[in-house]
Amino acid sequence: MIVKLSIKGLHFSYGSAEILRDINLNIRDGQIVSVVGPNGSGKSTLIKCIDRILVPLEGEVIVDRHKVSEMKQIEVARMIAYVPQNSLRVFPNTVFDVVLMGRRPHLGWREDDWDAQMVWEVLGLLGIEDLALSLFTELSGGQQQKVLIARALAQETGVILLDEPTSNLDVWHQIDVMEILKSLVRSQELTAIVAIHDLNMAARYSDTIIMMKGGKIFATGRPEDVLTRENLAGVYGIHARVRNYDDIPHVIPLKKISRKRGRV
Amino acid sequence: MAFILALAGIIILASGAIITIGPMPITIVEVYCTILNRFIPDVFLIESTMDNVVWLIRMPRIVGTILVGLGLGICGCVMQAVLKNPLASPFTLGISSGANFGVAVAAVFGITIMGGPYFLIGNAFFFALLCSGVIIGLSGFKGATSETMVLAGIALNYLFQAMNQLFNYIASDEQRTLMAAWGMGSISGLNWNSITLIAIVSVICLPLLYSKAWDLNLMTVGDEGAKSMGVNAGHIRIFVMVISSLLVAALVAFVGVIGFIGLVAPHVARLILGSDHRYVIPAAGGLGAILFLLADVIAMNLFRPSTIPTGTVMSAIGVPFFLYLILRGRRKEYWS
Repeated sequence: MIVKLSIKGLHFSYGSAEILRDINLNIRDGQIVSVVGPNGSGKSTLIKCIDRILVPLEGEVIVDRHKVSEMKQIEVARMIAYVPQNSLRVFPNTVFDVVLMGRRPHLGWREDDWDAQMVWEVLGLLGIEDLALSLFTELSGGQQQKVLIARALAQETGVILLDEPTSNLDVWHQIDVMEILKSLVRSQELTAIVAIHDLNMAARYSDTIIMMKGGKIFATGRPEDVLTRENLAGVYGIHARVRNYDDIPHVIPLKKISRKRGRV
Repeated sequence: MAFILALAGIIILASGAIITIGPMPITIVEVYCTILNRFIPDVFLIESTMDNVVWLIRMPRIVGTILVGLGLGICGCVMQAVLKNPLASPFTLGISSGANFGVAVAAVFGITIMGGPYFLIGNAFFFALLCSGVIIGLSGFKGATSETMVLAGIALNYLFQAMNQLFNYIASDEQRTLMAAWGMGSISGLNWNSITLIAIVSVICLPLLYSKAWDLNLMTVGDEGAKSMGVNAGHIRIFVMVISSLLVAALVAFVGVIGFIGLVAPHVARLILGSDHRYVIPAAGGLGAILFLLADVIAMNLFRPSTIPTGTVMSAIGVPFFLYLILRGRRKEYWS
């Protein structure tokens, strides 16, 4: 087993509010890892701490045996890419320009033909070449998500982080995005870490699920080991059934447990 | 690229044409002969009056206009990018009003930072920097965002304007004249000494700002996205704000409040060239210079022999032009 990314004793807090407590993880090469948990459990914060968008209070993130804390921001950007939930839209950018931004960590002042070719290649990989000259602001949510994934691919990193990539999408686009991610991880030697709300999406597409609660890791393992009735009750405070279809666990939420939430 | 070269060409040609306009009739050829005469003496026969008019009256004004337009256009452009806000500009952030306040303090209370003939300018410079210092200082607070900085700038703008009105009210006629002469954006006071100063500050600041063009491209997608692609958004924001504030303070200290260029030139540049700051920054500068030259020529000649303040003309022609662009422009989805 090759460890791609490991996290040791990670703590993070906003002021006095502790968001992440003593996170320890080893993530294997070439996997899709989903991070699930209730709102405010620290999924997005964990993703941002890995990419050093947020600086952890304590602990260490290690990618390919390099400590992220000892790297410059631009060096981190060559090893880890990040797909935000959505992108700020103040000034108009064409899709091509947005994806070209992903080449920035590898560029000097000017892009050359290789960079342009790379942009066309990733646009092709996601099947959105025809959008290249459209304005990013004019695209639908699903198209924007794909463009942001393309930008992360253009960064040519071994690790790609996604922050709730399916949250604003309809079912067709959710499956579309997850299928794309799956095929990319298989074909491009990527490791993907995905913060995600939809447990059934997580179950179907991930190799490993990390379940978080209150800033700590509650359970980690294969989908069928993590998505159990007991864990769902303990973390989400709900009664749920878990059924297997095609050897994949499916969660059917029933009702909330009438105790104070999360105090099992 | 072609567009930027065209802008540079227009500036040179327009300067040549504009320099001929004035109470004393001079042809373009005579202008260039006069200028050449300075570098290679005794080739052309130039009267000393013509030499004086071209070299001491018209040239400083035109060079000054170009430098100020260039600087304000570029500063507006980079401020909009780092603050991620299309409304940011040296004027809306209160930096110009701060300078105006400094002048009012000097005129009414006689409190000056520098002695001598530059006492008004020294005060204007100091208070403009003070204003941007407060805005930049705010970014050090935890939880302060670029929106905080924009709002703080707008608030400071109101504060300084209110204070200026108060000073106008309590000032004597003489003090009021002093304030009015500075406050309305006039560049008739420029001479070669002040232009040298402005040029030195520009030569230092503009390349520094331009060197961050790529980082600014990434910052328009938001701080988190920028960081994930290797740009430390917070550091770049402070760097760009400090450098551009310095330049703006130097410019407005000499020429007064000129509101519109810093806002409109970057937007016109973006409407034409899109969003890559490697091209938008020089284009915003070039457009700023052209707009300001144009405004100045109208200001000088519309009611000849009296001159109206350039800042007033700038707003009078700039506002309808700007409204036309955002409503009728090719890319009106721009601000969606």
